[in-house]
Amino acid sequence: MQFATLMIGLASAIALWSGVQALNLQARTSYDRAAAAFGGVRTAALVSRNGIAFSQQLFVELRRAGWPVSPVLEGRIQVGGRTFRLLGIEPVTLPADVGDTPAIGGDLQAFVMPPGETRAAPETLAELGLSEGASPQTSNDVALPPLRVAAQLAPGVMVVDIGIAQRLLKMPDQVSRLLVGKARGPRATLESIAGDRLRLIEPDAETDLERLTDSFHLNLTAFGLLSFFVGLFIVNSAIGLAFEQRLPMLRTLRACGVSARQLNTVLVIELIFFALAAGFLGMVGGYLIAAALLPDVAASLRGLYGAQIPGHLSLQPQWWIAGLLISVVGALLAATQSLWKASRLSVLAAAQPQAWHQAQRRWVVLQAIVALAVFVAALGFFWFGDSLLAGFAVLAAIMLGAALALPLMLELALTGGQRQARGALATWFWADSRQQLSGLSLALMALLLALSVNVGVGTMVETFSRTFIGWLDGRLAADLYLNASDDAQAGAITAWLRERRDVTAILPGGRADTQFAGAPLEVFGLPDHATYRDRWPLLRSSPNAWARLVAGDAAFISEQLAERTKLTVGDAIEVPTPAGSWKIRVVGIYADYGNPKAQIAVNFAALTRYFPNIPLTRIGLRVQPAAIPALMSALREKFGLDERNLIDQATLKAESKRIFNRTFAVTAALNAFTLGVAGIALLTSLLTLGNSRLPQLAPLWAIGITRRQLAIIELLKTMSVALITALLALPLGLLVAWCLIAVVNVKAFGWRLPFHVFPLQLAELLVVATLASLAAAAIPVFKLMRLQPAALIKVFANER
Amino acid sequence: MTADKEIVLSVRNLTKAYSAAGERIAVLRGVNLEIAAGERVALTGESGSGKSTLLHLVAGLDRADGGEIDVAGASVSQLNEAGLAAMRRDRLGLVFQQFNLIPSLSVRDNLAFQSRIAGRHDPAWQNELAERLGLAGLLDRYPEQLSGGQQQRVAIGRALAVKPLLLLADEPTGNLDEATADDVLSLTRDLVAQTGCGLLMVTHSTRLAATLDRHIHLSAGLIA
Repeated sequence: MQFATLMIGLASAIALWSGVQALNLQARTSYDRAAAAFGGVRTAALVSRNGIAFSQQLFVELRRAGWPVSPVLEGRIQVGGRTFRLLGIEPVTLPADVGDTPAIGGDLQAFVMPPGETRAAPETLAELGLSEGASPQTSNDVALPPLRVAAQLAPGVMVVDIGIAQRLLKMPDQVSRLLVGKARGPRATLESIAGDRLRLIEPDAETDLERLTDSFHLNLTAFGLLSFFVGLFIVNSAIGLAFEQRLPMLRTLRACGVSARQLNTVLVIELIFFALAAGFLGMVGGYLIAAALLPDVAASLRGLYGAQIPGHLSLQPQWWIAGLLISVVGALLAATQSLWKASRLSVLAAAQPQAWHQAQRRWVVLQAIVALAVFVAALGFFWFGDSLLAGFAVLAAIMLGAALALPLMLELALTGGQRQARGALATWFWADSRQQLSGLSLALMALLLALSVNVGVGTMVETFSRTFIGWLDGRLAADLYLNASDDAQAGAITAWLRERRDVTAILPGGRADTQFAGAPLEVFGLPDHATYRDRWPLLRSSPNAWARLVAGDAAFISEQLAERTKLTVGDAIEVPTPAGSWKIRVVGIYADYGNPKAQIAVNFAALTRYFPNIPLTRIGLRVQPAAIPALMSALREKFGLDERNLIDQATLKAESKRIFNRTFAVTAALNAFTLGVAGIALLTSLLTLGNSRLPQLAPLWAIGITRRQLAIIELLKTMSVALITALLALPLGLLVAWCLIAVVNVKAFGWRLPFHVFPLQLAELLVVATLASLAAAAIPVFKLMRLQPAALIKVFANER
Repeated sequence: MTADKEIVLSVRNLTKAYSAAGERIAVLRGVNLEIAAGERVALTGESGSGKSTLLHLVAGLDRADGGEIDVAGASVSQLNEAGLAAMRRDRLGLVFQQFNLIPSLSVRDNLAFQSRIAGRHDPAWQNELAERLGLAGLLDRYPEQLSGGQQQRVAIGRALAVKPLLLLADEPTGNLDEATADDVLSLTRDLVAQTGCGLLMVTHSTRLAATLDRHIHLSAGLIA
């Protein structure tokens, strides 16, 4: 029995931990692929001061001056209605330390010689539904060079020769950046060649994607760690049970002359053997969990950060080794108490539960003092910390403090119950619950943590969901959205739409990419129309904000940009554009959930003035509701638009909500796993206690309480402490939710959400907690109910 | 046995066998026994002679294979588990060699436990018992804070607090030294006499057995 619980506990702890680690590892590998494909942060690079493309001539001059530079041009192209990142490289000059970046392989000639090749990840080909050798058309009716698979490229990226990229992007003689290899000889200073036009960016150990997704992975790691510790609680119970059952044998061995050291050595070797076996099982479980969750994690990362993660799992040997090591370390950690007891075992020791309980009570008080110190630390992190890590530290300190304070809270509640008790059975009920508390407190701490995380995350997700739906209603103001294949088709569609009476407004849109404060910035064009003035979700704005936007020297900025750069309404910013620097006054801040990039919204006409080359293919339409289906059919028929580039508001909203729900599916799954593991921890603790409780229950049975009554009382005892724990978990969970919403979310995403409490959700979780503890208590209680009198009589037998 | 006193225990042709290593071992082969109210009976026998088994059957802790047990008019074999529990709670007092007190309850609560669940709690009687048993100064202590003799006194007090019709004691002095054993037994005898209940006490000691009203010996599953 204890073997089974030890294996279950350790395997579930390792499964959840290694599963989460596998997901993190997979994502990081993908970021590396993406980083390598962009040829950016892993290699030093020269970029223009204003972040936009610059003349190829500078590349030539720098090469002549001894700089080992290689040009890269980056832009976006549309193929089959989807947008891809196009990367143009010059393979001959590519620095050697960029390594396998462009995946040119041995066939360099095919890559550079006409017609050239388009290298792309297998996922990209699958997305396009094309096979190697195909030459798809871009939205500008230009054929791409034949496709070739390059497995190490990130999905969504296409790599071509720079000459082809310049033609496809209509950027002749332009480069986005120059990769800098390791210098092999003397070279002139950068300023002497390029003046102040270029700046050197040193290689960074962390990519933009890694930085962006840090919080997500920290969140996953926190869940994994929580599950790991909850799993260790099970292991602790299982080892405690094994120790309890072996106590007579251990005493006999000690009496026969086996030293404590020898005894402990044997116990440790045995434990390591079990830990390795359970660790292996856990790793297999972890792999399965990771494989099951990967699509949801990929959806989350795509939805939240635009990161592309492939749908299949590939793991490295170090993951397996780390998992087995952590299994052994975890098992030894969980066994510390029992091994300590074994080393201090007195051969003649007699059980003294009440003295033990008294000693535990001193520990409980000490724990509560430590909890108080941890709460003070949480306050400190909250007041003085200003980073995501500080946010998580607040969260961790609150949860650790609450877990440490739990035994004292329960002790107080049970003492209160005992004081109020009138009958003999009621008095025993509370007194015995108190005595059992020390044996159950670890499992109850696990339950408290699992429940509070469930309440916290559940409240945060529900709050976010409601805010998101409200925001979506404002943001998706048009009734129909279409994306023409190119500017010419957009013009033809617009002319055709102007003739239709059912179209009440044509709202052109456009986006441009630039840089601001050292990070990518998306500039979004809003036409001057009541549709936006009435519904655009502004959080803060100056008077006459919309009127000021029309003039072209004002902008609304996204909440996350405002949070990151500490900009507010009234501040002025300068945005680099092909037409020169654009001085803009911030006149409003808007919510922009789910966008990983910083964004500003400007007047559409002003956008086209400063970014004359952007595609003007996005069009929003206001249409009489009844006319929407007919108009969609007509557009499909006349212009060959399909569901990828023509969508109505309702479908888009439903799709957005589906993506939103999928984004949080992984959180829900981890929530459920953690709660399940906490349930198992409670079950194993109860089984451990049940085994040593026979001598305490038998006298009650002999005095005249039936086994059924005893079983019901035992059930009620478990349920009552679990219920008190669950009730304590509710305010703690709300505190966790507040911390997630007001601290972590703001630091991680730059989103500030209103705090809501959902009583129905709390009641639902209370029921789940009650059912979980009922399920955990059911087996021990059933065992007690079915216990043969012979087993109880043994307690009284004199000749044992 | 006194003819005009109420019979509180009647055992007729009681049999019980156990299975061990595939063999049936007969422990009791037809035991007959009667105890009247106020009568104090010692039951002796070799180890494994079935003394404790007989006591457990009388207490309804175990089921007999054959024969009849009647406790103050209640046929034990006819009672279901709830009935047996009620019988133990209301009519019997049980004292074991291992004391078997409730460790989470104080001496005061241990003493009152059975009488309170039986609904017959008498504070005056409990106070008297505590005084007589020398426990008055120990009421707020927990069992493990007491010596073996003190714990056994609490067990006797708990059993007598309910004013049982029959007190069953299984080696109550087995874990005690001679002086303490004499002291505990003397108190038990006096209190049994005061309450008027019957006493069936299993003991290995013929010396202690001789201090009771009657001494019966169990040998080879039969009363000799």
